Amino acid sequence: MKLRDIAHSRTGDKGDISNISVIAFDEKDYPLIEAAVTPERVKELFREVVHGEVVRHAIPGIGALNFVMQKALGGGVTRSLALDAHGKCLASALLDLDIPDRAA
Amino acid sequence: MKTIRIGSGAGYSGDRIEPAVELADKGDIQYLVFECLAERTIAIAQGAKLKDPAKGYDPLLAERMQAVLPLCHAKGIKIITNMGAANPVAAAAKTREIAQSLGLRGLKIAAVSGDDVLETLKSGSHRIEETGAPVSSMGNTLVSANAYLGAAPIVEALKAGADVVITGRVADPALFLAPQIVEFGWSMEDWDRLGKGTVVGHLLECAGQVTGGYFADPGVKDVANLARLGFPIAEVQEDGGAVITKVAGSGGAVTTATCKEQLLYEIHDPSTYFTPDVVADFSKVTFTQEGPDRVRVAGAGGRARPETLKVSVGYLDSYIGEGQISYAGPGALARGRLALEIVRERLKLTGVQTTELRFDLIGVNSIHGDALSTAGGQEPYEVRVRVVGRTDSLKEAVRIGNEVETLYTNGPASGGGATKSAKDVVAMLSALLPRDLAKPAIDYVEA
Repeated sequence: MKLRDIAHSRTGDKGDISNISVIAFDEKDYPLIEAAVTPERVKELFREVVHGEVVRHAIPGIGALNFVMQKALGGGVTRSLALDAHGKCLASALLDLDIPDRAA
Repeated sequence: MKTIRIGSGAGYSGDRIEPAVELADKGDIQYLVFECLAERTIAIAQGAKLKDPAKGYDPLLAERMQAVLPLCHAKGIKIITNMGAANPVAAAAKTREIAQSLGLRGLKIAAVSGDDVLETLKSGSHRIEETGAPVSSMGNTLVSANAYLGAAPIVEALKAGADVVITGRVADPALFLAPQIVEFGWSMEDWDRLGKGTVVGHLLECAGQVTGGYFADPGVKDVANLARLGFPIAEVQEDGGAVITKVAGSGGAVTTATCKEQLLYEIHDPSTYFTPDVVADFSKVTFTQEGPDRVRVAGAGGRARPETLKVSVGYLDSYIGEGQISYAGPGALARGRLALEIVRERLKLTGVQTTELRFDLIGVNSIHGDALSTAGGQEPYEVRVRVVGRTDSLKEAVRIGNEVETLYTNGPASGGGATKSAKDVVAMLSALLPRDLAKPAIDYVEA
């Protein structure tokens, strides 16, 4: 299934750093998301866009992860040549990740 | 226990105005906050102030004040806003003029300044955070330097009886934290409560982003009545407990999901959220749906405030030139690709001096790049060519758009809707300043 089936997401920006949250609709799905959406996978997914490290913060109390991506916004929101200078659309690409189905 | 209600009337400088009027009219609020200052806004406003000393504040200030002042005055709702941008004193004078023209009497307006630390930063041995370079090496490319002030000067102005407090650069959550400090008599070193008050500010500062705006995804996350989106209200108690809600009958929704998305918006390590007033801890926050459009927030905390203030440094970075043109129907993608090839070659041939170039096909790969965009595999019906480049002069930047525009008569068949632009780029970096080097000042005027 797709991450989008069990999670929602929002992107934020600060300078050249982008952060993307991944939030379980149902907190019961959080362990599945935590296992499937690793910082390595996120870094690989955004290899053309993100040129710095990707760090993952866990917020299990609300069933969420937060990915902080360095060098992700074309040198910074205020000077980027990108159409979406803020990287606001990045969350939608992350939700398209394939993840294993829930165990039957 | 004492409870106050704070409304958030704007999430950015260009935001809708009538939801703020709705908050003042039907929100049963005591404070109306407008957060209108994006990172770069103040640097651009600085330019306006240099041209005219009576300008340099938010361009929508007059319109917003016209719309909300009569209701706020009648109901005793206090207004707190960073619409002062580069010139809070002029913004206060303008607000006074509007109040008088509306026949409102007995209105005390405070202007909080002192965030402008450009001269301080130039004279010291301060360094740019991102590059490590000394600020002094940036010479006359420097446009502005504004320290993020905390809640203290707003608290002082409110205690002095101000009905309207207009600031320049202040940390966004501080606009919301200040009334909580005043109303509940919190100590400026009660880190736990300041952390709780900060999470309330963070949830509210983007207005509609917590009430179902920027959330809808049809079929997955449906939100009703977005054209009539209501802006948020925080119902805060003396112990820092809070409920996020909105005006009854307005559009949108306040749910645990909308609150979770906003909690993590523009956050890095959630356990360590730096503000001038407190290092807030959002990592143990919980949300509980208490009723329709009512979500309780709990679990935030805080630690001692940092010894330095973040400074936003504006500088003239470069120039950007851009051109766009569309192709549609059968073969649109191939014609778009050919157009990009032609412009790429023309920029070389004619010797346009660029330091960075980008060739996009809008509708194909302009947002996520080639690797992610090919997933669907379907050819689009229409594409829009976009060529954009960075240059060292406006003259060179103009040449980029020209090379796209000339595709009209010289490029692939049936290109239409060409546009071009060239602009200077004021970009932002940051620095850290010992907090005692920024000295807030408050001026009062009365209507």
